[in-house]
Amino acid sequence: MTTELTEAPALPTPVPQGLAGGTLPRWAPLGCLAAALIVAFGLAAVTPVSGTAGTLLVAAVLYAGVQSVWSFSVEGRRHAKDRLATTLIYSSFFLAFVPLVAVLTTVVVKGLTAFNAVFLTHSMRNIDLAKPGGGVYHALIGTIEQVGIAAVLGIPTGILVAIYLVEYGARGKLARAISFFVDVMTGVPSIVAGLFVYTGFVLTLGFERSGVAGSLALAILMIPVVVRSTEEMLKLVPVELRESAYALGVPKYRTITRIVIPTALGGIITGALLAVARVAGETAPLLLTTFLSQSINTNPFTGPQASVPTFIWDQIASGTNASIDRAWAGAMTLILLVMLLNIAARLVARFTRVK
Amino acid sequence: MSSTSALEPGPIPVATAIHGSAVRRGDLWFRRLSAGAGIFVLALMAAIAIFLVWKAVPALQANQANFLTSQDWSPDDTAGAKFGIAALAFGTVVSAVLAMVMAVPIGYGIALFISQYAPRRIAALLAYIVDLLAAVPSIIFGLWGLAFLMPRIEDLMIWLNDHLGFIPIFKNTIGLYGKSLMLASIVLAIMILPTVSAISREVFNQVPLAHIEAALALGATRWEMVRTAVLPFGRPGMISAAMLGLGRALGETIAVALLLSAVFTINPHLTEPGGNTFAANIALRWNEAGTLGLGALIASGLVLFVITLVVNMIARIIIERRRDFSGAN
Repeated sequence: MTTELTEAPALPTPVPQGLAGGTLPRWAPLGCLAAALIVAFGLAAVTPVSGTAGTLLVAAVLYAGVQSVWSFSVEGRRHAKDRLATTLIYSSFFLAFVPLVAVLTTVVVKGLTAFNAVFLTHSMRNIDLAKPGGGVYHALIGTIEQVGIAAVLGIPTGILVAIYLVEYGARGKLARAISFFVDVMTGVPSIVAGLFVYTGFVLTLGFERSGVAGSLALAILMIPVVVRSTEEMLKLVPVELRESAYALGVPKYRTITRIVIPTALGGIITGALLAVARVAGETAPLLLTTFLSQSINTNPFTGPQASVPTFIWDQIASGTNASIDRAWAGAMTLILLVMLLNIAARLVARFTRVK
Repeated sequence: MSSTSALEPGPIPVATAIHGSAVRRGDLWFRRLSAGAGIFVLALMAAIAIFLVWKAVPALQANQANFLTSQDWSPDDTAGAKFGIAALAFGTVVSAVLAMVMAVPIGYGIALFISQYAPRRIAALLAYIVDLLAAVPSIIFGLWGLAFLMPRIEDLMIWLNDHLGFIPIFKNTIGLYGKSLMLASIVLAIMILPTVSAISREVFNQVPLAHIEAALALGATRWEMVRTAVLPFGRPGMISAAMLGLGRALGETIAVALLLSAVFTINPHLTEPGGNTFAANIALRWNEAGTLGLGALIASGLVLFVITLVVNMIARIIIERRRDFSGAN
């Protein structure tokens, strides 16, 4: 043992970087960034570098290069690597903002052209696709009904599955299988859900394409999301709470319905709202199951029914200037709808947090 | 009868409570109900596979071309149905893999930033902002890609052709750009970014604080700490995150349908107009398809279902080997 200890592989002698080694001044990152930006924009003025995006790219490369070389000469290899990694990690985060901001601003700027009270309160019935006018009203009704029915079907099923997994399954074989396939189900492409509902509900059972067929497809997509979020919330409920109820002689199902679920209710609602927001923007399964419609159809059980995503799809396909404007206004309606649901979910989460 | 029964000792209430069944009726039914819901989920997955196979078989039997290798798609042809998935499979796999290659390093970077670099107080807010990207519906990404990104990205593609044209995928022989597999891949990469970053963030947050502190106490720089403590611990989660992102890219429909020119030829020059995927093809051809056409589309959907199922199962198995953990949200 002792020989092993003495013959341990020689570790690189730690250099006391902070004490004896040099360090870059605190302003080094900001200074390098400013210098890189100035040089890059200077270059852009002299040479034909393409656009702001190209200039910023040049600046980023300059920044990383200059700082690494400076750091390498003053602080050594390890710290140069560290600074380079920090730069890359920070820039990947800011890179994610570019599409987010670009998408949201484009939708708002282009959406405002046709987005107004008339747009929200009129359908596309008897509207010439090449001319402005008409609106998203019929599609809004469709989306609200389809998503509503999907929620009624999908949320209770998802919550029951989660209750089984957390309260009854107890890591048995069945619970493990269900848990695994719920995870796999989150990865099922939405168009496959649409195909399944079409083959089962329309081709096999002989129903026509209608709003409710779309709802079935959306419910399939909701279930795994609801299961996962509810499961997480139920796991947060302290075991002591359940045990106290059992000790008082309360049956298990009443413990679950009266103690466990009310305790986790806020989180369960948040998860359900996020699931609703997720399926509200789905286009592919609805395209297969609800068909397109230009008129108001308040009955989801018969006939084609429009929805906001398929409305956008239809308007893009028409391709006229007026219909593209309507597509952007529809996109803005959809974003508003989804964001409202998201914000509602966060508010519920905030005000009902388990203490 | 009544007199004798009155004399016989009746059931003692207390005794039944103790010796009777411990399962109450309400409990039994509630248990059955919740187990039934769970079994329903399993049955649903099986039903999806069964129905797709069942409805695909007639079209596959009528098919006169090789389903796997043909680049034709004319299932409703009166002269005989001919269709094959070769071009669809090529477009689907190439666009999804390319999207994964672009999104995965950036996704890891975002996850590392939020979990290890950002100040604790604002980390949750930053995570929420990145997750907002996942809340944007795919049709809006498609519309945005078409109207905003396509004209702006042409310069980049010309540059790729001029400087990296010796690599076939960047080569553009016809000088036309527009709706191409490359454009679709870039939008797909943006769309799977939140998936990749959310799941890897979840594992990075689970790295024991002791490992991190040990590394820092030994004098490691922040990056050395990440490399020696965070990344090895998070590796299974990182692999799963990449695969789940891949799975999402494979099945994405509407955005891709808007961003491809939907032709049935395999073209390795990805910046040229063209390309097609399983999901986009179904969405684009659904409303004009006849009986055999629907069957052919269902058959291609079945292939997509199987591919995504395999990718997702592998991802889940990798992640479950490490710990009980899910990235559903």
